[in-house]
Formats: sequence, C-alpha cells, structure tokens
Amino acid sequence: MSAAFPQDALQTLLLALADDELMLGHRNAEWTGHAPVLEEDIAFSNIAQDELGHSLLWYTLYQQLTGKEPDAMAFERAWHDFTCCRFVTYPKGDFAYTVVRQYLFDEAEQVRLRAFAHSTYLPIKEAAAKILREEAYHILHSKGLVERLGDATDESHRRMQAAVDVAFPQALGMFEEVEGEQELIAAGVFPGHATLQAEWMRHVVPVLTGATLAVPVKDRAGVYSVQTTPDNGGRRRDHNAHLQQLVDDLQAVYRIAPGARW
Amino acid sequence: MKTIILTEQDIRTELSKITDPEIPVLTLVEMKVIRSVKVADEVVTVVLSPTFVGCPAMEYMKNEIRSRLAALGCKDVRIETTFSPPWSTDMLDEDAKEKLRAFGIAPPPKNDGALEAVLALPVACPFCHSTATHLESAFGPTLCKQIYYCDACRQSFERFKPV
Repeated sequence: MSAAFPQDALQTLLLALADDELMLGHRNAEWTGHAPVLEEDIAFSNIAQDELGHSLLWYTLYQQLTGKEPDAMAFERAWHDFTCCRFVTYPKGDFAYTVVRQYLFDEAEQVRLRAFAHSTYLPIKEAAAKILREEAYHILHSKGLVERLGDATDESHRRMQAAVDVAFPQALGMFEEVEGEQELIAAGVFPGHATLQAEWMRHVVPVLTGATLAVPVKDRAGVYSVQTTPDNGGRRRDHNAHLQQLVDDLQAVYRIAPGARW
Repeated sequence: MKTIILTEQDIRTELSKITDPEIPVLTLVEMKVIRSVKVADEVVTVVLSPTFVGCPAMEYMKNEIRSRLAALGCKDVRIETTFSPPWSTDMLDEDAKEKLRAFGIAPPPKNDGALEAVLALPVACPFCHSTATHLESAFGPTLCKQIYYCDACRQSFERFKPV
C-alpha cells in the first residue's frame, strides 16, 4: 500500500512528528511536582503523557515502514540525530513560557491533524483522527490560559509578552520544510508546511492580539506576514546544547541497562 | 494430549473476564476495547481499539490477554490494533455507563465528535444526581478522567472524559 508513496520523504515526516511529540512531552513532564498550582501540575503531567503516547503512535507508523523499534528510536539515537524542531527542545522556563509554547504547539497540532484528515496515506489519516479527539482538551486548556493571563494583571501581561517575544520566532521552526516535502505534497500526503503555517497564523494571531499580546507579524486584511526570523535548523539536525541536555536526561535510565525488560 | 478446539465465543467469554485496571467495573468487552476476535488454524487474532493513545494500561491489557489465552491453550496469539474507526466514548452502551455511575464516575455524554459543545453541558453528580456541579480540573488522575465538584452534596468526583 505504501509503495506508491515517496518512501524516504514519508519516513522523514513521520520521524519529525514523533520526535517533536517526544521532546515536548519530556519538557512538559518537567512540571510534574513543580507547577505553580496543583491543577496545572496535573494538567501538564497529563498533557505530557498524551504527547508521549502520540510520539509512540508516530514511531509505530515509522516502524511499519522501516522495521525500527520505537524504543530504539527514542532511547538509542544520539542527540544530534533527532529531527525535532528546536522549539520543543528549549527548557521549560517561566510558566508563562510553557503556557505560550503549549498554546502555539497545540494550534499547530490542530492545523496539522485537520490537514491529515485529507491525507492520501491511510495510516497518517487514521492516526490523526484518533489524536485529534485527545488534542481537543489540550487546545481548550492552553488557549484558555493565554486568554486569561494575557491581560489579567500587569505582571501576567509582562511575563506573557516576554514569553511571546521568545516563543513566536521559535514556533515558526515547527514549519521548517522537511526533506522531500514537495514529493509529499505531490502525493497528497499533506499540503506542506508553508500552507500549514499560513493557516496556523490565522488562528494564533487573533487569539494573542485579543489577549493584548503583540505578535511580530504584519496584518494585511487578515493575511499575515512574518516580521521576525524563524528559529529553523531542527529538521536538518542542526541543534544546540538544550537538546543534548534533554536527550542525556531522557535516555539516562535506558542507558543503565539497554534492552532491559521492566 | 488432546487438541482443544476453541471457538470465537470461547475466546470472547475469556476476554470478558479482563477488567480495565483503572476502571475495575468494566471489562475490555464492555469498554469496546476488543474490536474483533478471529480463530483460524490455531491462530487467535485479537484486534484492539486503544482508548487513549498514551494510556499505560494498554500494555497491561495486552499482557492479560496473552496470559489468559495461553492458559486456555492458545499457542499462537496475535494482538493487533486499529484506529478505524477510532475508539470513542460514544461506543459505550447505557449499561456500561450505568456501571460507571454506580462506581462513582460520572459517565461521558454522547458527543458525536462535537467535543467543545458537550464540554459546556452540565454534569450530574454520580452520588446525588444534582447538576449543581463545577469543573475543578480539566485533567485528572488518569488520562481518561476529569475532576468535578458537587456543590449540592459537597463531594468531589471524577468524570470520564468524552472523546
């Protein structure tokens, strides 16, 4: 069934999806026991667990094409072999940064998963339908926090704005082209990252500006153009020390006894 | 040693003894996690429909299926998963929802895919049935639950997330 699709490009896309979910899942799990209030501790721990589950699903689709075990992909690869965007690798930072990052990521997931509903590649289409139902809870949560914290108090506004200033250029890195992207578009696997980014901006810009947060885009009658430099590189495996630290941390237990059954 | 001939019904009967470890009042059959069972030439194929993708109980369920069917004499058990169609709480029948309620978990309302609209609806307390309740936390102790509080009987309770 998959023979009609560009194999290398399909594998590249699936790996990028899986790696993004794995890294953000781990970053979110760093809030377990440390969030500002108990409800957010529970929320980010749940969201982390969902994202790790979704990464497993994308790795399983990758395994169907390559035979490579999900655990091997997550725990045996060198940090500079991951193809996640840089955005998901940065430390959890201020809670405002976590909230803004999660919101920008959740909107990208919504746009991507809805586009996958039309994918010609059935495994992606079916996985997306499943994941989308769970993601409804994420976007409601992160969007609600952005709307409330954006203009709640002077301090919350200041911290949320600082988070947007840092996170927005990073978030654009989610839409960096993957190798073989044009073949995937031609095969109808997905509409391509440029299309997804444009759609994503139609969602995030009104929500952020509605929450009194300034966004580095120019608005020409609802068509937004970016006025900042995207933090690209991750898809080409051009990473920084933050990913190295994260991978060291998430592989630490596995490396004590590789292949052990728990 | 005599050969044991197992029918699909035998397998289903055995699988209906396995309960969800986090919701011990519902079996995997009642949860609609077991999508289909096939027996062909001593090969038993069980197709599962995962509830929440990241649910750690899925591994436990698979192990339970393997060990129970092995104890029945099945030598070759294959477990497959399907997302077509994806598992949804709309698949639970009224009897299963009543069991959840009796166990103290508010059952998920029918959503027909319109989650946002359904999440805005009032939730009845599983203990006193009042709808004077409010959401305490959109996320709960497991991936499938949320936490509510009943203002009438002053009791917090869990609600199964509609998906």
